[in-house]
Amino acid sequence: MDKMPAWADVVLIPLISLLLAALLSALVILGIGENPIDAFKLMVDGALMRSSGWGYTLYYATNFIFTGLAVSVAFHARMFNIGGEGQAMLGGLGVALACLYVPWPHWSLAILGSSIGAATFGAAWALIPAYLQAKRGSHIVITTIMFNFIAAALLNYLLVNILRPVGAMDPATAQFAEPTHLPTFQDMFSTAAMPLFRGAPANVTFFLALLACVLVWLLIWRTRLGYEIRAYGWSQTGANYAGISGTKIIIIAMLISGGLAGMMAVNTTQGEAERLILNMTEGAGFIGIAVALMGRNHPFGVLLAAILFGFLYQGGAELALWTSIPRELIVVIQALVILFTGALDNMVRMPLERLFLAMRRKEG
Amino acid sequence: MDFLTLVQVLDSTIRLATPLLLACLAGLFSERAGIFDIGLEGKMLAAAFFSAAVAFMTGSVWVGLLAGIGASMVLSALHGVASITFRGNQLISGVAINFLAAGMTVLIAQHWFSQGGRTPSLSGAARFEGIVWPGALTRIRDIKEAGPLMQVYSELISGHSILVYMALFAVPATWWILYRTRFGLRLRAVGENPAAVDTAGVSVVGLRFAAVGICGLLCGIAGAYLATALQAGFVKDMSAGRGYIALAALIFAKWRPWYALMSTLLFGFLQALALRPDLIETAVGVKVQVQLLDALPYILTVIILAGFVGKAIPPRAGGEPYVKER
Repeated sequence: MDKMPAWADVVLIPLISLLLAALLSALVILGIGENPIDAFKLMVDGALMRSSGWGYTLYYATNFIFTGLAVSVAFHARMFNIGGEGQAMLGGLGVALACLYVPWPHWSLAILGSSIGAATFGAAWALIPAYLQAKRGSHIVITTIMFNFIAAALLNYLLVNILRPVGAMDPATAQFAEPTHLPTFQDMFSTAAMPLFRGAPANVTFFLALLACVLVWLLIWRTRLGYEIRAYGWSQTGANYAGISGTKIIIIAMLISGGLAGMMAVNTTQGEAERLILNMTEGAGFIGIAVALMGRNHPFGVLLAAILFGFLYQGGAELALWTSIPRELIVVIQALVILFTGALDNMVRMPLERLFLAMRRKEG
Repeated sequence: MDFLTLVQVLDSTIRLATPLLLACLAGLFSERAGIFDIGLEGKMLAAAFFSAAVAFMTGSVWVGLLAGIGASMVLSALHGVASITFRGNQLISGVAINFLAAGMTVLIAQHWFSQGGRTPSLSGAARFEGIVWPGALTRIRDIKEAGPLMQVYSELISGHSILVYMALFAVPATWWILYRTRFGLRLRAVGENPAAVDTAGVSVVGLRFAAVGICGLLCGIAGAYLATALQAGFVKDMSAGRGYIALAALIFAKWRPWYALMSTLLFGFLQALALRPDLIETAVGVKVQVQLLDALPYILTVIILAGFVGKAIPPRAGGEPYVKER
């Protein structure tokens, strides 16, 4: 017998965890001598009340959808892919190579090419940790952390020594050619009479991210492979007994995960910067962990959580602009969300389970 | 490369290896008791900030050290509550702690000092100064003219802050606690087979909290060393991945104290070399990329993890919350 109805598990627990995180964040803001209600109003104003604010919110959300999906696909196979950051960096390299060295006639073809580049490079970076986990039993968390640092060093080397145009000072590639420019929301939705999303970086990649949500949902719940991934995550011995190869599941799940993480580079590198820069991930790989935990590893939950974090990111930038609250506030909120929805999950769950049991007994 | 340059590189090896060594031993206690800790980085960072801030405000580095240890222990307690009491995922808890420290230190630093997330620089009694051993030379001109033994004595052995010697002393102390005391035996047992420890009537929860507490203490010293001895004050993100390098060193050392000293010295040496890329060029004749030196600790750890050079086997019950049988 289930201790709790399904809706409590899917909706109630994340909501309570989120409330706890919000409450503590408010206390933190109070602690540094600012008014949390004013701060929240400012965040809503800056992120949601103007179309350009939405343009930034959805731009950040696009990154977090990809990295959140990446973490959740790995979670389904009970693996913790903490290497989204490194896989996204390599994804950026794939995008840059595709955009720099192929003369694309039109952006619609360019985005196909760069997506393939991003996914391939991201997946390749996840392959070695996946292989080591599957074949040699090295812990995936440790190896993916190590690969984040190796990726950072590699990207640094490539940008400083090889990809940097002659005479340029900052470590970045050359500007991508004009035909690779992805239509932004401003290009797509603005009219002369009604300018929308002015200057905001949200672009067509957002729809690619929505498509990725649908595809991941189909994969996990509507295909044989998805079933095998979930079975392996649920019970490794059970899955082995049913003839599912653990090695295959680990490697395939990690390849998909790495590919998804790499895809976020299409948004940042081709969609926004239009060249590959150092630190193009801006920690989005790690935010994917919070997004996946909060979204309960379901693509729809990931989408909602990614938009929430996009709002926090854009709102946090507004706060840093207009008040003395530094941008690091978002890092604190992110930490609290991970803490309450991930590590302290049982703290919320245990009393709730008792509550529901007591209620059921009364009914019976 | 002359002898003195070599001694100088080894000298900075020791300085750079000290925080790695302390954090590595911290992780050793925690992981030997079955609690994975990827929050070493966050604990060091929190300790670095609070030690520097309190040392600046009180003017006493020792009060600062205590504050740093306190901050690190608070985060350790949080990790303990999440992973021992509520049986949460230890890895996720560690990630949360790292972010919490990264954000909170800057928020509080900005609120207290308004210097863009750093503390004012420390001087005098607010900082750990090097201890000059009796008879050691201090002026670089004298050292240059002295014999090789005197150079080693003056540059390498003398002149470090007290925390460096404490860290070196912590190695035999850790070995003795783990392998020669009843507490150590139980601690190792609880990381391998908690059910057996429980059957013997010893508290698994108590032992694990003790291990996490020691981990917090050592991380606190490591963080305080960063901000009050290695550098003079706290700057944003100053732990700079050292917690992860310590984690790598721990795997490299296969969770053993003396090997932890060796591996952190090796990684410290790589960091020292990365500061002097010109030296390698003159010594080997080939230009070695700085980025390669930065990445080398991680690459070496992956190779060790892959089991190509001896296999690293973690404590068997590591990462598993213990549920008492009913």
